Amino acid sequence: MQPFAYQAPASVGEAVALLADAARGARPFAGGTDLLVQMRRGLFAPGMLVDVKRIPELNRIDFDPAEGLTFGAAVSCAWLCDHPTVRQCYPGLIDAASIIGGAAIQRRATLGGNLCNAAPSGDSIPALIVLGATATLAGPRGTRTVAVADFCTAPGKTVARPGELLISLHVPPPAPHSAASYLRFIPRGEMDIAVAGVGAWLALSDDGNTITGARIALSAVAPTPLWVEAAGAALIGQAPTEAAFAEAAKIAQAAARPISDVRGTAAQRRHLVGVLTQRVLHGAYHRAKGEVCHG
Amino acid sequence: MASKTLVSAAINGEPVEFLCEPQQSLLECLRDILGLTGTKEGCNDGNCGACSVLLDGQLVNACLVLGVEIQGRAVTTVEGLADWRGLHPIQQAFLEMDAFQCGFCTPGFLIATKALLDREPNPTEERIRAWLSGNLCRCTGYDKIVRAVQAAACHLNNTCEVDV
Repeated sequence: MQPFAYQAPASVGEAVALLADAARGARPFAGGTDLLVQMRRGLFAPGMLVDVKRIPELNRIDFDPAEGLTFGAAVSCAWLCDHPTVRQCYPGLIDAASIIGGAAIQRRATLGGNLCNAAPSGDSIPALIVLGATATLAGPRGTRTVAVADFCTAPGKTVARPGELLISLHVPPPAPHSAASYLRFIPRGEMDIAVAGVGAWLALSDDGNTITGARIALSAVAPTPLWVEAAGAALIGQAPTEAAFAEAAKIAQAAARPISDVRGTAAQRRHLVGVLTQRVLHGAYHRAKGEVCHG
Repeated sequence: MASKTLVSAAINGEPVEFLCEPQQSLLECLRDILGLTGTKEGCNDGNCGACSVLLDGQLVNACLVLGVEIQGRAVTTVEGLADWRGLHPIQQAFLEMDAFQCGFCTPGFLIATKALLDREPNPTEERIRAWLSGNLCRCTGYDKIVRAVQAAACHLNNTCEVDV
């Protein structure tokens, strides 16, 4: 790796000041599981890494039944997955956070980093999108909040402006009779990058017989993780049946824009979107029926 | 050239001070500065697990941690497993179950196993295989490694049905 300076500020203000000084060419550094690998490959050579793991706002998990879940951008996947309330109330988020890397990567990698890395295959991004998550950024001109669905703009590109730092991610409180699920296809059991992935969120009527809310999002089949609004919209007002799920899966397949590469062909990816969409809808439905969140 | 930073940490229970540059990974610091060559470099990008160490008790890849990050923290490497009584029970189980051939991946597997058994004393075979998915072995086919982890677990828990 090229030499760089290292700073580990203790406040958002200090971090933003370091990042905003363009002359330094600074990058935020949390888990480093993408960043350090990319730097070794020579993809970029920042003049400074700003370690954000000592900033309190980026290193906390808060849940309130009325407010929902807010977790810092530097919270590791393992920290999130070991949190009893997150496990109970947001199993769809755990589906994604628990499959990013093996045990060692899990202890460093963050969902904040997964989002900022903006890989088309980022597993946690569809899970966050279907849960209606938002991202809070701080920069020299203040703080702003962006929907995760709008965060990634191209492979490796996001809406974050130079000098802006991702502070936290927020997931709304779980609605009654609602739940999410995320699945991906990989050729081995663990430690791989999605050939295709699908997240789904469903909300059911009190009697469980009607779908009152639905969102479906895809990974690794477009230049960015993709929210397919039409696939969710087609489910609203329907009974949760095989036929309804199959119809939504067709819409998701049509919206996918996959490429052929070393991991799979476009045709395989489009097929996988159909299979996975039906499976995650089943998964979300069964969770939503039994959904109990005690906070 | 970036200036060197003085880092104070506890490595295998011993206080250590060393000078390193920010771009030097913990793996480079352990091997090239501190002479602790038990921790191996395989892929140097977080895929193979040969550089597994414990950082404040948590399993990490030393190639993806910066040396400057361990200021004030505790690191355990494979050199810290055995003590004056002899090999650690995990090391003894790997030896007795023939859980390695070339041995290059073994320090990483030993550390990853310690991290697992420290938090989950009775893991299922499925859990062991999933936990060790970040450690690659090109010799054993993994089966003997899994048997060794099971043997180490029963030894540490005093639940072995037969002597292993």
